[in-house]
Amino acid sequence: MADTGFIPKEKWGAFIEGLSTKAQVYVPCLEGDTVLFRPFGKEKTLCFERPANSPPKSVIFPQSDTLFSFTFIKDPDNPQKTEVELKEHLDFPKTIVIGSRPCDAKGFTVYDRPYTETDTPDPYYKGRREKTTIVTMTCNSPSAGCFCTAVGGSPADKEGSDALITEVEKGYFIEALTEKGKEILQGPGVEDGKAYQGDATKKQEAVHSMVKNPFGPKGLGKVSPELFDNDEFWDNAVSKCVSCGACTYLCPTCYCFNITDEQTSDKGERIRTWDGCMYVHFTLEASGHNPRPTKFQRFKNRVGHKFSFYPEKYNGVIACCGCGRCIRYCPMSVDISEIVSNLQGA
Amino acid sequence: MANTINPYLPEIVTIKNVIEETPNIKSFQVVFNDPERMKTFTYEPGQVGQLSVFGVGESTFVINSPPTRMDYLQFSVMKAGEVTAALHDLYPGDQMGVRAPLGNAFPYEQMKGKKILFIGGGIGLAPLRTLILFMLDNRADYKDITIIYGSRTPPDLCYKEDLNEWEARKDVELILTVDAEYPGWKKKVGFVPTVLNEVAPSPEDTIAITCGPPIMIKFVLQNLAQLKFKDENIITTLEARMKCGIGICGRCNLGSKYICKDGPVFSLAQLKELPGAI
Ligand SMILES: Cc1cc2nc3c(=O)[nH]c(=O)nc-3n(C[C@H](O)[C@H](O)[C@H](O)COP(=O)(O)OP(=O)(O)OC[C@H]3O[C@@H](n4cnc5c(N)ncnc54)[C@H](O)[C@@H]3O)c2cc1C
Ligand code: SF4
Ligand code: SF4
Ligand code: FES
Repeated sequence: MADTGFIPKEKWGAFIEGLSTKAQVYVPCLEGDTVLFRPFGKEKTLCFERPANSPPKSVIFPQSDTLFSFTFIKDPDNPQKTEVELKEHLDFPKTIVIGSRPCDAKGFTVYDRPYTETDTPDPYYKGRREKTTIVTMTCNSPSAGCFCTAVGGSPADKEGSDALITEVEKGYFIEALTEKGKEILQGPGVEDGKAYQGDATKKQEAVHSMVKNPFGPKGLGKVSPELFDNDEFWDNAVSKCVSCGACTYLCPTCYCFNITDEQTSDKGERIRTWDGCMYVHFTLEASGHNPRPTKFQRFKNRVGHKFSFYPEKYNGVIACCGCGRCIRYCPMSVDISEIVSNLQGA
Repeated sequence: MANTINPYLPEIVTIKNVIEETPNIKSFQVVFNDPERMKTFTYEPGQVGQLSVFGVGESTFVINSPPTRMDYLQFSVMKAGEVTAALHDLYPGDQMGVRAPLGNAFPYEQMKGKKILFIGGGIGLAPLRTLILFMLDNRADYKDITIIYGSRTPPDLCYKEDLNEWEARKDVELILTVDAEYPGWKKKVGFVPTVLNEVAPSPEDTIAITCGPPIMIKFVLQNLAQLKFKDENIITTLEARMKCGIGICGRCNLGSKYICKDGPVFSLAQLKELPGAI
């Protein structure tokens, strides 16, 4: 059984530390009462007990990323003439994410389709994605608001991960899912996993039933076209929203961005930063015209993208992995699962 | 596609010529710094490019010179905000960045053997110009060509040299209009949609292509419907704020379609299927 392994509890820390000598390792760290993915360091307090507040999407899709830098070079013979020189930034380090949840890993697969499976793949995303190993951990305690099982996922889902770790009584059972995942089994302290396979399977089945299903016994059905195009429905659904955009930044499947230039003296950078369709400026044109001027139109676009437009484009795949973050951390308690549930009509 | 390895990386071009079309529109004729690229670069009428002023940003403009005339690529820029203002400060010899071609093209193959009706307003003549010049360079492929073009005042008419030439040609009918009476103006006076109704072209075997300010497009579409043009024979181009230009950044979508990639050219039949398009 070359594709599984086991790490005893007492060797877990050494295992992560060992990996961090070979690659940039990101782990969920406790900061105050928040869990965030950070580069591993011995001084960090790791926290694998609950899903991180923010998904690890920034590891592959940084919140701010330099696409290229530009330098203006004056022609020494003709001060009127300036050449511009561009330099791409396409070198990415080998990286391992340990402790993402299945919903986080599925988030990357939602990115993969528009970012890599096109005639114009995004070299920044693709480069980092290829250099990154996603080591996911079976969810041991779903949080309030989680609904992964209702959108095709599960607390032990393997989609998008290179390896899946399941915590069992004496330690961590690892299952390699890809070639990159197999490399993880070469990490320090990894023992034969065969004896723990059964325990891991039991654990995975047990957590499955702990996730609530907001869509009722019939599950997620078809969106009612009448409700979807009813402005009043959206206006009511989102009346509380304050357009803060937190839902988009914390969402593992939200991938909108902005591109801006920053310049100091004779050089500068073109930068890509996270953006969100919940912001009024997102679609504002120079003429003052805005195709989505009201917050209900913007929210309709956000929900529509995840539950209607993206599925239409990509074989019915829903672009929401049910991580529940937008529900847990929305300051106004706007609940996407409730809205989608209502969208299905009576 | 612009650059298959890195679609975000502009190619550097040098401005050869700047034409002041109107008080707030300038045309830039540019060539790639790499002379080889000028030979390998291909595009189709209707496709757009992202122009970069490094340090300021990027904006979207249609390539308004046709692929049948490859001495340079021409972009016309109406001053609207930051990037367009910075572009207006550039002169021959200056460099800028181009990511092109982006988006889809006019269905010019399907237009072969048909009568063509162009209806443009203001800077909206830019995308039409590409197709008009392309058709004039392949004149035998198309039947009657009629162009209805208007602007607010005579000085606001773009491409005055082209207009003179088209007016002189026997195989093109050009109808010019301005919104209100103007000293010395002897041609039509009135909004483009109204003039369209006066001209009342037959929908028989005809494709109508329109581009201009949203309000003009709205009434032109209504009037074309009254003239019994079928939705699939009406072609227009859409605008939306763009950044990536390759269907990722999420800015320009109408439902599941991205104006930057699936557009900017759509038939009215296609637009009626899209939420909030018209
Ligand atoms: C497919 C297409 C073709 C176009 N062709 C032409 C053309 O040939 N000639 C011309 O003068 N104009 C054209 N436009 C409109 C032109 O892109 C905008 O006027 C221009 O981007 C305004 O930029 P700004 O930076 O000066 O304005 P600002 O308000 O400073 O804009 C900031 C940013 O907003 C975006 N933006 C703002 N308004 C628009 C808009 N209407 N459309 C797209 N992006 C916008 C740009 O990305 C810009 O970087 C076209 C737009 C599209 C979508
Ligand atoms: S987090 Fe809540 S309040 Fe903020 S934009 Fe999203 S739905 Fe609106
Ligand atoms: S929409 Fe909400 S529940 Fe769905 S993936 Fe995004 S943050 Fe998670
Ligand atoms: S401009 Fe980015 S998706 Fe169209």
